[in-house]
Amino acid sequence: MSEATLGQSRRTDVHTSDAAQRRLRRRYAAERRFQLYGLFAIGIALFALGWLLTSIVGRGYTAFTQSRVVLEVEFARDVLDPDATGDRQVLSGANYAALVKSSLREQFPDVSGRRERRALNALVSSGAAFQLREMVLADPSLVGTRRAVSVPLSDDSDMFFKGFIRRDVGESERKLNDAQVGWLDALQERGLVERVFNTTFLTSGDSREPELAGIWGAVVGTTLTLLVTLLLCFPIGVAAAVYLEEFAPTNRWTDLIEVNINNLAAVPSIVFGLLGLAVFLNFFGLPRSAPLVGGMVLALMTLPTVIIAGRAALKAVPPSIREAALGVGASPVQTVLQHVLPLALPGILTGTIIGMARALGESAPLLMIGMVAFIVDIPSGLTSPSTVLPVQVYLWADSPERAFVEKTSAAIMVLLAFLILMNLAAVLLRRKYEQKW
Amino acid sequence: MNLLLLAVLLALAGAAYLLGRRRATKLVGGDPRALHSRPTYHGYYVALWCGLPALALVLVWWLAQPQVLDRVVLAEAPASVQQLPPERVDLFLRDARSLAYGGVTSGTPTPELERAAERFRSLQTAGRVGLSAAALSLAVAGLTWGRRRVSPEFRARNAVERSLDVFLVSCSTVAILTTIGIVLSLIFEAARFFALVSPTEFLFGTQWSPQTALRADQVGSSGAFGAIPVFAGTLVITIIAMAVAVPVGLMAAIYLSEYARSSARAVLKPVLEVLAGVPTVVYGFFAALTVGPVIRGIGNTVGLDVASESALGAGLVMGIMIIPFVSSLSDDVISAVPQAMRDGALGLGSTKSEMIKRVVLPAALHGIVGAVLLAVSRAIGETMIVVMAAGLAANLTANPLEAVTTVTVQIVTLLVGDQEFDSAKTLAAFALGLVLFFVTLVLNVIALRVVRRYREQYE
Amino acid sequence: MALASTLPKIVARDVDCFYGDKQALFCVNLDISEKQVTALIGPSGCGKSTFLRCLNRMNDVIDGCRVTGKLELDAEDIYGPDVDVVKLRARVGMVFQKPNPFPKSIYENVAYGPRIHGLVSNRGELDELVEWSLEKAGLLGEVKDRLQEPGTGLSGGQQQRLCIARAIAVSPEVILMDEPCSALDPIATAKIEELTDELRENFTNVIVTHNMQQAARVSQRTAFFHLGILVEEGETGKIFTNPGNERTQDYITGRFG
Repeated sequence: MSEATLGQSRRTDVHTSDAAQRRLRRRYAAERRFQLYGLFAIGIALFALGWLLTSIVGRGYTAFTQSRVVLEVEFARDVLDPDATGDRQVLSGANYAALVKSSLREQFPDVSGRRERRALNALVSSGAAFQLREMVLADPSLVGTRRAVSVPLSDDSDMFFKGFIRRDVGESERKLNDAQVGWLDALQERGLVERVFNTTFLTSGDSREPELAGIWGAVVGTTLTLLVTLLLCFPIGVAAAVYLEEFAPTNRWTDLIEVNINNLAAVPSIVFGLLGLAVFLNFFGLPRSAPLVGGMVLALMTLPTVIIAGRAALKAVPPSIREAALGVGASPVQTVLQHVLPLALPGILTGTIIGMARALGESAPLLMIGMVAFIVDIPSGLTSPSTVLPVQVYLWADSPERAFVEKTSAAIMVLLAFLILMNLAAVLLRRKYEQKW
Repeated sequence: MNLLLLAVLLALAGAAYLLGRRRATKLVGGDPRALHSRPTYHGYYVALWCGLPALALVLVWWLAQPQVLDRVVLAEAPASVQQLPPERVDLFLRDARSLAYGGVTSGTPTPELERAAERFRSLQTAGRVGLSAAALSLAVAGLTWGRRRVSPEFRARNAVERSLDVFLVSCSTVAILTTIGIVLSLIFEAARFFALVSPTEFLFGTQWSPQTALRADQVGSSGAFGAIPVFAGTLVITIIAMAVAVPVGLMAAIYLSEYARSSARAVLKPVLEVLAGVPTVVYGFFAALTVGPVIRGIGNTVGLDVASESALGAGLVMGIMIIPFVSSLSDDVISAVPQAMRDGALGLGSTKSEMIKRVVLPAALHGIVGAVLLAVSRAIGETMIVVMAAGLAANLTANPLEAVTTVTVQIVTLLVGDQEFDSAKTLAAFALGLVLFFVTLVLNVIALRVVRRYREQYE
Repeated sequence: MALASTLPKIVARDVDCFYGDKQALFCVNLDISEKQVTALIGPSGCGKSTFLRCLNRMNDVIDGCRVTGKLELDAEDIYGPDVDVVKLRARVGMVFQKPNPFPKSIYENVAYGPRIHGLVSNRGELDELVEWSLEKAGLLGEVKDRLQEPGTGLSGGQQQRLCIARAIAVSPEVILMDEPCSALDPIATAKIEELTDELRENFTNVIVTHNMQQAARVSQRTAFFHLGILVEEGETGKIFTNPGNERTQDYITGRFG
């Protein structure tokens, strides 16, 4: 045996020789490389997040303002109500677009020819006519008067003033022709163009016209949907968590439930959509596109999250609390309801908020149950057709107009703001009630 | 109307609670010690008897009403309607319903339709009145019965707790019911699909073009349902996503847990979690509008032809989405490796990276494998990114620069929009859903088992 | 000094150690001689393990741990600014309280140190070194036929000897043992003690124990710690028969601790 040589090598300072120093240097180089990989990985993740956020905000922030033009509108009686009936029916059916057109013609009296006129009229949004109609219906005494009204410009004009349609590209590659650009410049020179906060975006429903489209319908739909989700998944989730953690005997049945819950938490969300389509819509005949069904589907999807969080929170309550309550003669049910559950509640709520935040961002299962329709009206109830914010994002992202890119990004910003608020609430709740036993 | 009924029932239950409590107190002359259960439990008991049966009745009717109404209306409809093919009957009923409750019909209403709608309206009114009467009398009967049971010896608390127990158990079975619902609905609809298309063609066919003729008289392809290109596309995108997410996520987790100072960790970890909280539809938009054009631009400058909806773009963004998932799972796994193991390695003169590479990672291997499997399952099931950024064309290709399609994309495109529900086209979505569900289920079961065994090893 | 001719292997002068605000060691002065077994004894929490972990800077792993004073290995400052911790730990090996074999085969456990330090150039040398280390640790006979089985499958005593084999495979100059027998049964303990005595031939050995008989059996010199203070240090025989300090007397006669 070579014990002697080994003993020898040991004695000759294997760790301090020059060769050992060289080995050490190599090892430290490897160490630095490894650490660099780690930093690089973090860098990639941070870069991706930064890129994502800047690209969204960079495209979206302009949607919060809107270009409008102030026009002198003649509420001509012979257009609106030639027989002076004062009837709402007549007023509501009148040709308000003609008012817009004639006031534009006043601005540019030398524009002639059908094509030119049409190009000029295209500068102003079709929403301008609706706006005038609403003004008149609200106050019929306007008929026969003349006043300055600020009306929305079309999406292309809006894009032009925001700099997304550039004048230095060729006319054929531009959505506005040279004449239109000239008119817009003229309007601006006359001080008639204004950039104002875009209330339309926050208060209207969807529209085919980007300048008239808003997220309010989707926000209401989201609220209704999440309300259903919360009402279903919070009580059921808490009850299931309480049962599994506090009362359930350990047997095959509860084992099965547990495995089931863990698996459901990892089932792709779209599968829940298929479930909703097959069971809620086709079997039970519930209405398509309804927040009720959307909320039910999202509740089933969120339930595992709530149950798992609830069980963790219950588990964190020390057994001594239970023993103390049982020791003074409380029944097990009283112990749990009066002592354990209140202590676990902040944890359960945190889990629920996080689950709801996930439900808020979810869109795939809702596509399956038809919440992807083009819906202009603000939903009025749990069964009226509606859509939700993420699906609205999906719908707009599919639209070809440049102005919808801006609207989509802005809708994402609103969505992210909601998510941040919810997560912040969860963090604060956790911090406030965090207890070390 | 329904809401009003519910409110009345709740008010009745509240009254029942008060009545029960008062009766219990009165029976013992105001001395609660003479009662087995405290008066409030007697109150709860009576309230439960009053409220639960009535609510159950309302719920059952509410679920059954559409079917019952359809049956009755159809039975009374003229023979000409009854003899229509099933999908036309469905259309007839749908139109009648929308006519009755104020909606859009698919054509000008015929007299039969008008009559059916009228019948719907009258039946619904009758149902409402009947239901209200039945529910209210049931509530009153329950109240009377429950109140009669109140007595000093009566174990109201045990009875109330028993019903609470039933409630808890039924809530915890919702998860099981959900799974059963998923499995049954997928299998049921997929079986209908496989009656039209053979399973072998579906699983092994290489041609996917599900655009069957929408109307019987319309000419066009009859559709091909070979799902191999769809599976292949899913695989390509999943591989790309994993190639991004696993190394980056793992190294990020290692850096955060082993190298970063605690102050840096306190900032970086939540930032990574933000990445996990971003909705997938946002990633989809990002992939389609920002990453896709960048990749195409890079491809053009180096002379490569990149499709505008390339697998690479969708896969990359999906990988970014999964980074925090991988890193938080591996972080759990890595920190579960006992300190004694690290001490052992450091005590022998390991550098930190040697400790990690040669001791910590091998010790955590099972857990990491489990985490990767879970991540794969997420990538396969991810929908919005691929719907928005991968293509629809079912190309059988391994080239990441071309457009491919995935299982989830196909499910969405087949089911979004109004379709008749028995065409092979819509049913194909359920067959794909079945495959998706079982593949992810198997991955999850294996992963959860591996991770659980790993945890037990170090507990 | 027992062997005045040899320079001490390790010298500690005025060593203080803090965990955050809490001071764990107060002004410790101790010489540790080469090729001897030095036992550190004292009640729980007296600072003996802390001192041991200062010797190869395993305390660096603990957040907020700070060491001041002078600690030298062969007249080189252990806490000096340009000291290489990796090299230091290769020279000063450690065996821990609880056996902590890596979740690898027995062979790989022992081969770990030589591999990372690059001590061997081929598989044959590595095989030899692994066998030699296992032999030295008195484990070879028991595991010869199952070198590829996991080290975690061994009994507690065998695991601890595996950890000793793992430590000596690196060819350290000093081996630190932190209560190596506290998790073991008496028979396994006896084996480790025997082994400790044999290792004295090649290594300088510092062992922490709170079993006084063990200290008396295996060590040549003994240091008694109490409340972070080195109370008394000297030849083992003298400490146990004729301690100079009252507290030492009280401790070894079992009046406290």
